[in-house]
Amino acid sequence: MNGRLKQILNLNNSASAISSLTAILVGLLAGFIVLLLSNPSQALGGFGAILTGGVSDRKNMGQMLYFATPIIMTGLSVSFASRTGLFNIGASGQFIAGAYCAVLVSVRAPFLPGPSRWMAALLAAMIAGALWGLIPGALKAFGNVNEVISCIMMNYIGMYLVNFLITQTVFDSLKNQSMRVSGNGNLPKMGLDLLFREGNNVSSANFGIVIAILMAILLCILLEKTQFGYELKACGFNQAAAKYAGINERRSIILSMTIAGAMAGLGGALLYLAGSGKGIDVVDVLAAEGFNGIPVALLALNSPVGVIFSGLFIAYLTVGGFNMQLYSFAPQVIDIIIAIIIYFSAFALLLKNLLRQRALTGQEGEKS
Amino acid sequence: MDYVIEMLGITKKFPGIIANDNISLQLRKGEIHALLGENGAGKSTLMSVLFGMYQPDSGVIKKNSKEVCIDSPSDATRLGIGMVHQHFKLVHNFTVLENIMLGVEITRNGFLKMDDARKQVLEISQRYGLDIEPDALISDITVGMQQRTEILKMLYRKNEILIFDEPTAVLIPQEINELMNIMQGLAAEGKSILFITHKLNEIKAVANRCTVLRKGRYIGTVDVASVSKEELSEMMVGRKVSLTVDKPDKAPGGVIFEARDLVVKSRLTGKNVVDHVSFQVREGEIVCIAGIDGNGQRELVYALTGLAPPDTGVMMLDGADITRESIRGRDKHGMAHIPEDRHKHGLVLEYNLAYNLALQTYFKPRFQKRRFLRFDAIYQYAAALIERFDIRSGQGARTITRSMSGGNQQKAILAREIDRDPKLLIAVQPTRGLDVGAIEYIHQQLVEVRGSNKAVLLVSLELDEVMNVSDRILVIFEGRLVAELNPKETTQQDLGLYMAGSKGNLPAFSKEESSA
Repeated sequence: MNGRLKQILNLNNSASAISSLTAILVGLLAGFIVLLLSNPSQALGGFGAILTGGVSDRKNMGQMLYFATPIIMTGLSVSFASRTGLFNIGASGQFIAGAYCAVLVSVRAPFLPGPSRWMAALLAAMIAGALWGLIPGALKAFGNVNEVISCIMMNYIGMYLVNFLITQTVFDSLKNQSMRVSGNGNLPKMGLDLLFREGNNVSSANFGIVIAILMAILLCILLEKTQFGYELKACGFNQAAAKYAGINERRSIILSMTIAGAMAGLGGALLYLAGSGKGIDVVDVLAAEGFNGIPVALLALNSPVGVIFSGLFIAYLTVGGFNMQLYSFAPQVIDIIIAIIIYFSAFALLLKNLLRQRALTGQEGEKS
Repeated sequence: MDYVIEMLGITKKFPGIIANDNISLQLRKGEIHALLGENGAGKSTLMSVLFGMYQPDSGVIKKNSKEVCIDSPSDATRLGIGMVHQHFKLVHNFTVLENIMLGVEITRNGFLKMDDARKQVLEISQRYGLDIEPDALISDITVGMQQRTEILKMLYRKNEILIFDEPTAVLIPQEINELMNIMQGLAAEGKSILFITHKLNEIKAVANRCTVLRKGRYIGTVDVASVSKEELSEMMVGRKVSLTVDKPDKAPGGVIFEARDLVVKSRLTGKNVVDHVSFQVREGEIVCIAGIDGNGQRELVYALTGLAPPDTGVMMLDGADITRESIRGRDKHGMAHIPEDRHKHGLVLEYNLAYNLALQTYFKPRFQKRRFLRFDAIYQYAAALIERFDIRSGQGARTITRSMSGGNQQKAILAREIDRDPKLLIAVQPTRGLDVGAIEYIHQQLVEVRGSNKAVLLVSLELDEVMNVSDRILVIFEGRLVAELNPKETTQQDLGLYMAGSKGNLPAFSKEESSA
């Protein structure tokens, strides 16, 4: 009996891993074809650069961790909402709301002693993101407003509001962006920048990646081990049955969106408090990190722990993409390649279902 | 004796289950041979082997005493084996004629010769009395005519061996009679028919012989004329099955549940879909709400269980007013609910069996500690219920519920709801779509609940069930309770009249008469 259980568990897990890996391989292949079409002579070198860029030196590895941190957080946000049957396309707005509040606290509260400054900033970011998630969640729960539409609206409200508030509170008019965070306002490096460096050239790796990984593990425990996770998943799979079982499906929807929003908000804080000198640009563009969370979540098949790996993978491609510039590819082409790889990666879910169906045909056949 | 088809020692295994275990089946020319078994007995698998969709792990298939190899449905077609699937394989935006000729079109220089095909199809349809409209679109015709189109497809391909996979499941009674006549006509013309079913009446009506399977095993082949329905069902289920419910007399106790003047308005029309309904259910009593589908039963149940609260009215459960209680609140007061739609409400199909068995109790201290689920306790509890209620599945408590048979899914819901030890059990069409063994089991369980002095409210559309199981019948018609009947003093015909709204003995009924 025990052996059989293991077999079943393995079937499911290996199907997930195989399908994600296959999707990535197909994506890489398609990306290579586009490279060949755009510049045949440099294609091989460029492809090599994108494949090995992330591990070519230790600084790049550090950069990969740095780029992965925010998209792991938005990936967690999207995947967590998905488990409750909600599509959180509002991670972008939650992300920027969180980013702004983090920067605001970090810059304007220098009186907070030691590390409590960045901690307070992270908390503020989570609260802001949570609020940005709560609103569409509450609208869905009480007014049956489609969360996709309200999330998109919240994205724009968030972007313009943050742009406005930056100019009012923490504006650096020379750079047309938010003021830089300094000192204890930033996340500690924990020696990660020195560990991941090339010569004297340190990377932007910092404590943020550790926080992101801890959050993924926390969400995983929440979903798989707790009563609350049981209720959320029941709602996600079958809302009618959850209601029948006396689960408060409104509460589940609102809490799920709130937690998802907090994750995305925290992601904003982790990016802008990374100590890389990055400020929030005052431009009318939605934060791309929010949308990148969607393929990260898809590629991970909505598993929080899987999000760590898919986030690292996409960051790996990003770093590799920078290396491709050595081979005289236009940045646009590089973005296209990355997009294609991500695009094909979304087939992971499709492949997983196919694999499972094949494995289950036997039992299904007996059902009738 | 020569057989057209022999399947000898067929074994087919799937992961975790032996679907067919050394099964033999011999089909004579010109006979109607029934294949009988409960859901999950292996009938469909055996027929899929014969039709080439599965390859057996061992065993041989012979046609006219010669061994044949059937690797695909097209092999089967070449050997003259045709199948009417339970879910028809028709192209909905094609006409009947186009569907029949699909795959075997007569052409000249690449152009279809529709006239030749039409002539042949009409000829066959007349010969076998298969009434069709060749130019009607499939999407426009009745299920019965779609089925006749499927039969014509087989005949057009000159199939000699016809497999019918639960053909009556989708038909209304008149159509079933018609199909029985058609099958007898086909057999008289020398076609050999394999008839998959779990309905005993139909076997007695048309079949010559019957092969019985149980849990993937071959039980035996009998001449239908020489056995009774009871014997057949015993072979199928493996024990004596009483087709009537064994129910001791019992005097009901005090009132457990009372509904007073419940009104539910339709959201669309504003009309009262539940119209001033009042009733009581007492301890040790099974009260049945009988009625034709769509007379307000669903809305009434939703109001009672809290899925959609009533507009006005009062509900009392064991002395407490539960009108404004949440669903969970009602549960805590002792209400259990076996829902009408087990897939929509009853189960989270993606959850495994153990999770589903804990669906109403996962929050209780025995299953959680500081809000962390106690998986050991959940799986132990599931194992105990699986044992006690004989719930069968491929991988025990860890089976994903979607892959279980309907009967076992229903048993799981029943187990969960009964084991909560409710004061009032509301069972809505608890036997819908189940086979004889499962129906008997569920009826027994309901009677047992009544025996332990609980109140049962049964909502059913099945006349047999209403008459056999209940102590008191309330007839619902257009949202009103129009009659209260004692099943011992009522005939099915009478009950039918009440349900159709042409008779009544409660004030709600006379009120309507006086106003009319």
